[in-house]
Amino acid sequence: MFFSLADAIHDYITDGASVALEGFTHLIPFAAGHEIIRQRKRGLHLIRMTPDLVYDQMIGMGCARKLTFSWGGNPGVGSLHRLRDAVEHQWPNPLELDEHSHAGMAAAFCAGAARLPFGTLRGYAGTDLPARNPNIRSVTCPFTGESLAAVPAINPDVTILHAQRADREGNVAIEGILGAAREAALAAHTLIVTVEELVEELPPAMNAIVLPHWIVTAVVHCPGGAYPSYARGHYTRDNSFYQRWDTVARERDDFLAWMEQHVLRTSDHRAFLTGLTRADG
Amino acid sequence: MSGCSRNEWMTVAAARLLRDKSVCFVGIGLPSAACNLARLTHAPGLVLIYESGTIGTRPQVLPLSIGDGELAETAAYVVPLPEVFSYYLQAGRVDIGFLGAAQIDRYGNLNSTVIGPYDLPTTRLPGAGGAPEIALHARQVFVMAKASKRSFVERLDFCTSAGYLDGYGARARGGAPGGGPRAVITDFGMLAPHPQTDELQLVALFADASVEEACAAVGWPLALADAIDTIAPPTPHELDTLRALFARTREAHACPVHLPLAPEGLP
Repeated sequence: MFFSLADAIHDYITDGASVALEGFTHLIPFAAGHEIIRQRKRGLHLIRMTPDLVYDQMIGMGCARKLTFSWGGNPGVGSLHRLRDAVEHQWPNPLELDEHSHAGMAAAFCAGAARLPFGTLRGYAGTDLPARNPNIRSVTCPFTGESLAAVPAINPDVTILHAQRADREGNVAIEGILGAAREAALAAHTLIVTVEELVEELPPAMNAIVLPHWIVTAVVHCPGGAYPSYARGHYTRDNSFYQRWDTVARERDDFLAWMEQHVLRTSDHRAFLTGLTRADG
Repeated sequence: MSGCSRNEWMTVAAARLLRDKSVCFVGIGLPSAACNLARLTHAPGLVLIYESGTIGTRPQVLPLSIGDGELAETAAYVVPLPEVFSYYLQAGRVDIGFLGAAQIDRYGNLNSTVIGPYDLPTTRLPGAGGAPEIALHARQVFVMAKASKRSFVERLDFCTSAGYLDGYGARARGGAPGGGPRAVITDFGMLAPHPQTDELQLVALFADASVEEACAAVGWPLALADAIDTIAPPTPHELDTLRALFARTREAHACPVHLPLAPEGLP
């Protein structure tokens, strides 16, 4: 149940697996993404509503063959340059896209969590997305005859989340902005959660978001594991890091040098954070 | 008031369209500024929903991202993202949706996906996000976009979000629940759909803008409404409130963030 991050990634992420690192702006599991890069995992099918910097890094470092997503920008800043380079110039390798809207992807995660074969919604009408993605189809309501959009359930081989805390049994509690984290967790075959802190017992909270120990495969104690995104109650989002990333990731050489220095040459997330305090970022 | 930028004028013009107690689905950038300006001036009861799941949020400063902590800390409540899209937006509980786009056509259809062919684009844009379903379900959509012949185009490279499709009632016949793009606020003034054809036409200009400027900035032959209104300049109160909001935002975003690094030896 309790692992080091290196062991959890080594034991549960195999080349070619479908992997969802979820968390919507908040609680993005950056430390886990960096460890996947360090262990040079290849051919992954990456799944995330908003790829964010964490997938920009993984795509640019050659971990991915396919991306399921619904919005691929640097929030409030602009482009994800490594994602763009992969799509526009197939660098460092071609990237197959499975592109949705947020509502469509949310429906697919909900279906996955419920172990239904597909999710349905009133969506995509009048857009070019269904013509470009064979995973967006329609289904007729058997009761009213209404045509609804349908998307196949998403059931990642592995979902990785970051959360505030876990207890000694491996129950995980999350608070704040959730995105589709709960649904991605319940949809997964294997669930890895990195947490800010381990506690003896979670405080009682009747309607809180708790992932119970029997759906959690591995818990990793990883303080700061969501940085440069944030963990409510622990640290705030480093908006300036997101702004600087626009420059770091714009050119291939600058990107590779940064990843070499800050990720490949650091042994773990603590070393990554320590390195940032010494560098200009 | 003289000396305000077109960005400020656009923001103020958009804010004035928002009635108190409306429920607004907000995006980042100009829409977020416009909605919060309205909340801080004439519409204190405006309900702001950001797609990250924050409902009834009253941020003191503008967020950089759609999920900044400020939005959660000042929200009435925070729900999982699937609930925002299914129980609120799809269920018809959103009055106004704000959208931006890289391209818009004369029927208010929007592209935020690619420039060039989908499979080998010259520019890969971020993509759909919440836009297709906001465009479909919000009772009204307001579009905010700066005009140029590259952005206000004859033909979209890709349709990410449906406006009035091919016009002449096509959207209504298709059964779209929401009313579509009722206003396009741009940097010379405002466009709105013609009641019969659904084609966007010039309905209002900023006091210092001209019909010629508007026509030159649009990539199709721009239709003119029978009467073209003048949008009054920002009042001192509107402009002061907006500039104070931006000043607070700059100050907050300049605060250094401490790395989450516990001293060695501590858990």
